[in-house]
Amino acid sequence: MRPFTYERAGSPAEAAAAAIRMQGARFIAGGTNLIDLMKIEVETPAHLIDVNGLGLDSIEGTQDGGLRIGALVSNADLSADKRVRRDYGVLTRAIVAGASGQLRNKATTGGNLLQRTRCPYFYDTNQPCNKRKPGSGCGAIGGFSRQLGIVGVSDKCIATYPGDMAVALRVLDAKVETVKPDGTTRTIPIGEFHRLWGDTPHIETALETGELITAVILPPPLGGRHFYHKVRDRRSYAFALVSIAAVIQQDGSGRVAVGGIAPKPWRVPAADAALPDAAAAARALTAGATPTEDNRFKIALVERTLAGVLAEARGEGATS
Amino acid sequence: MKFDTPAGTNPIDQGKVVGRPTPRIDGKFKTTGTAPYAYERHDVAPNQAYGYILGASIAKGTITSIDTAEAEAANGVIGIVSTLDHKPVPLGPMNTANLFGGGEVQHYHQAIAMVVAESFEQARAAAHLIRVDYARGEGSFDLKRAAPSAEPVEDSEKRQGDFEAAFGNAPVTLDATYTTPDESHAMMEPFATIAAWEGDKLTVWTSNQMIQWNKRDLAKALDMPIEKVRVDSPYIGGGFGAKLFLRADAVVAALGAKQVGRPVKLSMQRPLTFNNSTHRAATIQRIRFGAGEDGKLTAIAHESTSGNLPGGGPESAINQTELLYAGENRLTAMRLAILNLPEGNAMRAPGEASGLMALEIAMDEMAEKLGMDPVAFRKANDTQVDPMNPERPFSKRKMIECLDRGAREFGWERRNPQPGRNREGRWLVGHGMAVGFRNNLLMKSGARVRLSGDGIVTVETDMTDIGTGTYTILAQTAAEMMGLPIERIRVELGDSDYPISAGSGGQWGANNSTSGVYAACVKLREQVAQSLGFNSDEVEFADGQVRAGERSFPLGHAAAENDLTAEDSIEYGNLDKQFQQSTFAGHFVELAVDAYTGEAHLRRMLAVCEAGRILNPISARSQVIGAMTMGAGAALMEHLVVDKRFGFFVNHDLAGYEVPVHADIPHQEVIFLEETDPVSSPMKAKGVGELGLCGVSAAIANALYNATGARVRDYPITLDKYLDRLPAVA
Repeated sequence: MRPFTYERAGSPAEAAAAAIRMQGARFIAGGTNLIDLMKIEVETPAHLIDVNGLGLDSIEGTQDGGLRIGALVSNADLSADKRVRRDYGVLTRAIVAGASGQLRNKATTGGNLLQRTRCPYFYDTNQPCNKRKPGSGCGAIGGFSRQLGIVGVSDKCIATYPGDMAVALRVLDAKVETVKPDGTTRTIPIGEFHRLWGDTPHIETALETGELITAVILPPPLGGRHFYHKVRDRRSYAFALVSIAAVIQQDGSGRVAVGGIAPKPWRVPAADAALPDAAAAARALTAGATPTEDNRFKIALVERTLAGVLAEARGEGATS
Repeated sequence: MKFDTPAGTNPIDQGKVVGRPTPRIDGKFKTTGTAPYAYERHDVAPNQAYGYILGASIAKGTITSIDTAEAEAANGVIGIVSTLDHKPVPLGPMNTANLFGGGEVQHYHQAIAMVVAESFEQARAAAHLIRVDYARGEGSFDLKRAAPSAEPVEDSEKRQGDFEAAFGNAPVTLDATYTTPDESHAMMEPFATIAAWEGDKLTVWTSNQMIQWNKRDLAKALDMPIEKVRVDSPYIGGGFGAKLFLRADAVVAALGAKQVGRPVKLSMQRPLTFNNSTHRAATIQRIRFGAGEDGKLTAIAHESTSGNLPGGGPESAINQTELLYAGENRLTAMRLAILNLPEGNAMRAPGEASGLMALEIAMDEMAEKLGMDPVAFRKANDTQVDPMNPERPFSKRKMIECLDRGAREFGWERRNPQPGRNREGRWLVGHGMAVGFRNNLLMKSGARVRLSGDGIVTVETDMTDIGTGTYTILAQTAAEMMGLPIERIRVELGDSDYPISAGSGGQWGANNSTSGVYAACVKLREQVAQSLGFNSDEVEFADGQVRAGERSFPLGHAAAENDLTAEDSIEYGNLDKQFQQSTFAGHFVELAVDAYTGEAHLRRMLAVCEAGRILNPISARSQVIGAMTMGAGAALMEHLVVDKRFGFFVNHDLAGYEVPVHADIPHQEVIFLEETDPVSSPMKAKGVGELGLCGVSAAIANALYNATGARVRDYPITLDKYLDRLPAVA
């Protein structure tokens, strides 16, 4: 870990303004990903701006019947919130499918959206990685890629966005509210928040320099039955091979988003339109896939996992 | 004490303490944080500086330069130990990979420098400032590609009868190839050492399973007299074989402490422990069986290929096949390829763990070909003698009893033998079994026991407790021998100044180290009798009293004036030549596979074990359930993934190298057959710590086959390997 300076911001706007005053400044909230990466010098911020204590830690109803989740609300608190559990079950299920109880106590809503890929070549600073060191190449292409992406990836990077929470937010059509260093605010639809890698895999989100997430807005409840099925090699504390977030209505229509296969939570309009046909929806979700030998199985796994979710929605068998 | 005839009745047979479920006597220290592990020995040497290791960033080649200027100028840095400033340190007899010194890189993350600084954080930051230039060499990293050029391992080929002819004539045959991956010990406590010099005398407080091997190899590495080295390792946070040997942490800590003139404390950072250590090497195993329609094996061949660094040894996956089943025509052989990966060496049940992963799937496949129940097929091929030397019997072999008891307790007869036919909603349910087998190894082991006037007996031995419960079974042994309650026994372990023990490895620790304490206690009993003026033949030690006839004294009276101290070792004659000493288990598993996603969930696990006298049923049970958990990991997820271009284990942390979590492990039941083996030692015990692992993975593989009808011969059995064979979901 390289030495860094540290400050505590007084307000969200001040934090954003502070972030452009110093090159290489980063916000820190729960620190559950950033600190780990700093220890191994994948992240080497010169300056940390602590955004804890900015009063962004409450969940409030919105006028249209949705929820406004402060960026500093912990994953544990968000998943346990009664309104979330009642009206946005997919979100609770996604959050508790990730990390551990200890980490969820520290991890925040805003920070979770920004967690970085778990590609092993990104973590090992001896190895090439265009995301960590632009232009150095991609170790994962031609290397060990079982966990990595099959759609939306590029010839520069095949990493995935690793999280669970955002997959649920994607299916809910959440919005991300931010403040910029000049004090202006905006909302970014979750579908536009994470970027595809293209030629610049080191640029991961739509956030501009210094822009701070202040809240996540949930639209009014969708009703329907909520599912989050995360497939992995062990039953806890592992990132998804494939995960399916779905909200399915009585008539079989609904929405589906997929985790573990792309640089972002993967949602395709044609897949939603194809429901309840699992095969057709899965075809839409994996259209144009460019898998490696290691992760080709994810194409079938998307279809099978989705089929399992839809079967459960029809009342056929339990998932546990 | 020389043990060269089977044990008769002795005080251990009383079973007042030995054999009783006894909570760990060190448990209160561990649960209150007062059992200091190596990195926590803050009090043993003043002014400790912190070390941090830099690992090589290539797998093979030469270091052309190391620039430490920037690192040396960094905050808090006291000194930097560079591999280029040292010759390669001489290795111990059982190791292959260079631990430190010289410019040659033999494997990824080889230790090439250590920064010593005032704080851990400063050492870590400075390590990132060291600039290293390499000349990258060509290496061989892919076992599958190297296998055709693998050389036969000298003297490994064993033949009996005419395998080829018998196989050719057999009406029912199997010829299948199985693969097991590289695996990591992944123990919780990383390698850690505090090293301090006092003049020319070195002390290391470290984490090691085999104190005398460590002392011997450290003296050799540093080219110093062995008597100038002291090793202390009273608590060990797991080892599984990784800590059998001297590792880089102790070497560089000692070199660093000398260089900076201060004690140095060092823990190998987790991401280095997967490549900078030994591992269980991957295998490719071909098994051929021939059998008659009666289900009797007539031909058995097991050939295993593994790889290692030049000079390294094979993963001896054929061990059990020489002994486990009857069959007149046999062939076992090993081949070894050169691989420039980190050193392959012992991991819990080396040989048998990997070998049974293959052999016991093959047995399942063969049973199906014969139309036999898998339990019945194994029973039909039991042998009570060493199949290669029929005049040599097993000292005790209860494989059939383990299987019968297991089948009964598990409800095996309710299993549907037709694979893929047992469905509960979305779940495909399967049942599988396998035999567990691991040899019982005899090692000389010594101890000292001291009786003080207050009636306390203190046991001192360099034996280690690697989480196994050694403290407790040694206390039980001394308590039984001296007629004391366990509360009156103190046990001191892991110090090389104490008598030399068997150490912990190969599931030999419990039987041998307790036998060493037994031997020392026999001597102490004689001294007590003499001190009290008793004829030692008539003396009874019980309830804290020493009795002979009408006379009785509290034990402490014998040491009223001076402590009584006795020291002895157990040494073995040739009983292990006359008899084959082995341990046996029957493993039974129920598992369910999600018919949609292929996720495999264990539902029940049962092990029935026969391992002689069980010294402490609760710590033995802990050993077995821990081993069953390790077997579940090996079956379903554990896999050091090789990057075949760059030559390293890619998933080198505990996020990438997955071991089971609590949620993966279902109800586990362990049954020990009530047996003693008088041929093994005066304790009549054998090991269980590795037996519990042997066979588990194959039982899981067989259950998965029974559930799905998909036979996977390539571990770990992850869902991608059978997804396309699950029922259609459309």
